[in-house]
Amino acid sequence: MKDTYINEILEKYRADPFGYIDSHTIHTGRIRFFVKKDEEVSGLSGEWHHIPGTKLYSLHREGNEKPTFSKSSGIVSSIRNDLEGKFVEAGEKVITIRYPLKKREIIEEILRQVLAPFKAPERAKYFFSLDVQSRIEKFGQRSVMVRPGDEILTMSLMKRDTPIYYQGEPGIIHSVYFQQGITVEQDEPLLGICPADKLPVIQKVITRVKAEWE
Amino acid sequence: MEDLRKKLIKCEERLTYLTQIKAGEDWGNISGFQEQLANIRDSFYDLEKEKIQKKVKSLEEGLTFLELRCEESLTPMERVRIVRSPLRFSLKDILENVYEDYTELGGAEETNIDPSMVVAKANILRRAKNKNFTQQVMVIGQEKGHGEEYRNGGSCKPWGNEKALRYMQVAQTEGIPIHFYIFTPGSFPVEDYPGAAQQIARNIYTLAKLRVPIISMISEGGSGGAEAIGLSDFRLMCSHGYYSVISPEGAAAIEGKIREGQKVPGELIESCAERLHITAEDNFKLGTIDRIVEEVVLGAKHDDFSFFKRLRYEVMRATDEVVLKTKSLRAFRAYELKLEKSGERAMDDPQIDISWDLNQDELKRLIQQRSKKYRLMASDAFSSRATNLTSLIQRVKHKTSNMYYSFRYDILRSQQKQVKQVIKDVSGESSVFFKQLTAPFSAAYDFIARKPDGKNIKLPLSGTSGGALEFGDTYTSPLANEDRTVTCPNTEKYGCRDLWVPDLYGEFCGVCENCGHHFPLEYEWYLKHLLDRNSIREFNRSISAGNPLSSPGFEKQLKAAILKTKRQSAIITLEARLMGVEIVVAMLYSNFRNGTVGAAEGEKFVLACEKAKLKRRPFLAYIHTTGGIRIQEGTLGVVQMPKCTIAVREYVDSGGLYIVVYDNNSYAGPVASFLGCSHYQFAIRSSRIGFAGPRVIRETTGSDIPPDYHSARNALKRGHIQGIWDRRDFRRNLHKALHTMGGRNLYYR
Repeated sequence: MKDTYINEILEKYRADPFGYIDSHTIHTGRIRFFVKKDEEVSGLSGEWHHIPGTKLYSLHREGNEKPTFSKSSGIVSSIRNDLEGKFVEAGEKVITIRYPLKKREIIEEILRQVLAPFKAPERAKYFFSLDVQSRIEKFGQRSVMVRPGDEILTMSLMKRDTPIYYQGEPGIIHSVYFQQGITVEQDEPLLGICPADKLPVIQKVITRVKAEWE
Repeated sequence: MEDLRKKLIKCEERLTYLTQIKAGEDWGNISGFQEQLANIRDSFYDLEKEKIQKKVKSLEEGLTFLELRCEESLTPMERVRIVRSPLRFSLKDILENVYEDYTELGGAEETNIDPSMVVAKANILRRAKNKNFTQQVMVIGQEKGHGEEYRNGGSCKPWGNEKALRYMQVAQTEGIPIHFYIFTPGSFPVEDYPGAAQQIARNIYTLAKLRVPIISMISEGGSGGAEAIGLSDFRLMCSHGYYSVISPEGAAAIEGKIREGQKVPGELIESCAERLHITAEDNFKLGTIDRIVEEVVLGAKHDDFSFFKRLRYEVMRATDEVVLKTKSLRAFRAYELKLEKSGERAMDDPQIDISWDLNQDELKRLIQQRSKKYRLMASDAFSSRATNLTSLIQRVKHKTSNMYYSFRYDILRSQQKQVKQVIKDVSGESSVFFKQLTAPFSAAYDFIARKPDGKNIKLPLSGTSGGALEFGDTYTSPLANEDRTVTCPNTEKYGCRDLWVPDLYGEFCGVCENCGHHFPLEYEWYLKHLLDRNSIREFNRSISAGNPLSSPGFEKQLKAAILKTKRQSAIITLEARLMGVEIVVAMLYSNFRNGTVGAAEGEKFVLACEKAKLKRRPFLAYIHTTGGIRIQEGTLGVVQMPKCTIAVREYVDSGGLYIVVYDNNSYAGPVASFLGCSHYQFAIRSSRIGFAGPRVIRETTGSDIPPDYHSARNALKRGHIQGIWDRRDFRRNLHKALHTMGGRNLYYR
């Protein structure tokens, strides 16, 4: 049963180890393409992502030529060449960019599907509550079970400490995304909680991905 | 043999130096000399001593001849290479050899807030009447050598210039002269606090009225960095130094429109160095320096002690001259100083006894002379199309208005003020006295006939009607005449919709109605919408930008700009009313050579300052765009920085209100001087303000900058400006600023 589930997940990524980004027209206009099918395109670059990527197409409306640039590096996997020079409606899918998924991206994607994120309610520093901390130290992080209503974290904001209670499905603390004493922005994930029964399966999937992927 | 070996090493050093100056080119059979040197070196221990001696002597003689030939035909770029040579003398050498002793201030060596700026309190020896005296001076300058790894090539960070300013003020407190030594290729162009441009502007503003004699000596004078410690009463320059508006490489990149990262052709750099007029001789002819300090053949090095002796004599002579000019009793000493002395012996002569302490009157004279000196700089570098008759009328008009305003404000206003003060005091006293007398009666009256609460108080600004723009009825931008749409640059961030051009440049005043992004508008729009209708009186329109350095091809470019704009320079100076308030405005605009400042622009700006001072009007500098100092005018452009800043300082000190408003793009020299020194600076939304553009920053610092590095918002964060105004509220905000900053009379003292 378990192996079938693992194989199912892995097979999905083995069959198509790519991510796809679709580009839709933002408004109506006459379209002109600047790339061809299977052409390599580059995405945003520069330290502040301020250098635009490859010019994909432009929409001409009311004397205004509006270019669209690729946001990600990859290959043009599909392009609506039939629309070249024609008037298109808004929201039309015109180009798809395909890019190879990295090991990290696959793991993140799997975890995103399985783990329940626990997000930061405020921009503050976070610490594990004393009880959780001592349990982590004693039994290890992935042995600590949390249930709704448990005090799991302490939010430290301007020298005021507020206890944070867990809300959501009961599970095990699988991933910790914050560092103690470092400020975390609001709505950033703090913890990834995994249902107890799924933990061994996930660990096995991640190990397999790590071993098998380039 | 040891002696011969040392001579041989020296020959090798001289040959390498020559090769560096000639940039590796095989000039004057350098390769032959190199071969000769190699032969001697190889056979040094094989041949007899006499033979080696003979060969070394012949090599030395050959090299001396070659050096003299090189000296005779030195090109400007070769002088630049001499200045950049690691063998050239630097500030520490001067401190060691020109002054008796010194103590470094504000850090030492590497342990320093900015090791490229060295400040030291030093003693200089004077021999007069058979006695030795030491006189204290503050020595400030950039250091390139003696620890090159941490000196940043003499390119000072903003905090280094701030350190210089701090110790200038210490010198003022102690009443000791300042000796500036300029060894910089330019300032380090970072905006981190206190900001490159801001700090240079503060330095120049302070130097304009620093109450001590200031002498500067230029070896490598790179534009703004040099000006940060360059405003002085007497400017010396080394005969092999250079003083320039921009590095020859930078000028060549602009001139040849070279793309970033591409190599600039050597010939273009050479020709740009020639055109910029950067040598000591050129600068002396242009009047941007006062005297040349002669160096030895091919420039002085670390160990040219005769040069240091000469320098010591020259800086003392310059300081003496500056001090003497302020004294009433000076005839014989001034004559003695005027005599041109040359040779070693002249420098050993007993010196004249001159005290460098100045009294209040002398200090006043010193500052007046400094102002006059800069006022006259570059006065021949522009042309005025006014005829003799019109200039005569103007002069008469100026004299008459001078008399009128002096009478009105200096005589009548002070009397009026005194009378007003007396009346105010009397009325204050009497109101209290009568209040006490009538209090019981008025209380009884109030009790019988109770008045309603809340009095109708009229606020001075609440009644200012007409603050909003009157759309369309006066002026519509010609940009609005196109039937198309444009995309707001913030579309992705804020989801702004496309804007129809007639709407955008008409009703919306060039502002995206969703995110408030300001699209650039032409300067005429501001003339029509900012100032009261029919109130504009432009002046000095005939002053025309010229080509004082006869830069090839520039004449044609200037003519094209004049034809395009139907104006003679990049600045418009005018008198106008803003919601009833009389103001003087100077406006740098983009259409004319990208708003660059040259001698004509500087002159017009100074004249506008003088007019505002004369008429006691607030002075607004609205910067539609400025690209910096006009490089085709070389150092004649650079001196506009101190010249205009002195004019601003005099205006502000006389009680004037000087407001600067930046729009679109404002960079470089003007921001680092007469604009950046204003106490009240504002920016129109979406404008960019800074010292150097992104490309220069990348090339100088080697690191990239965020795309919003120069944005008005970041300028506000850094404390450079005091506020960001919406274009549509410009008129209202300016009126409010005039009232809040200018006080009741808009001319606050």
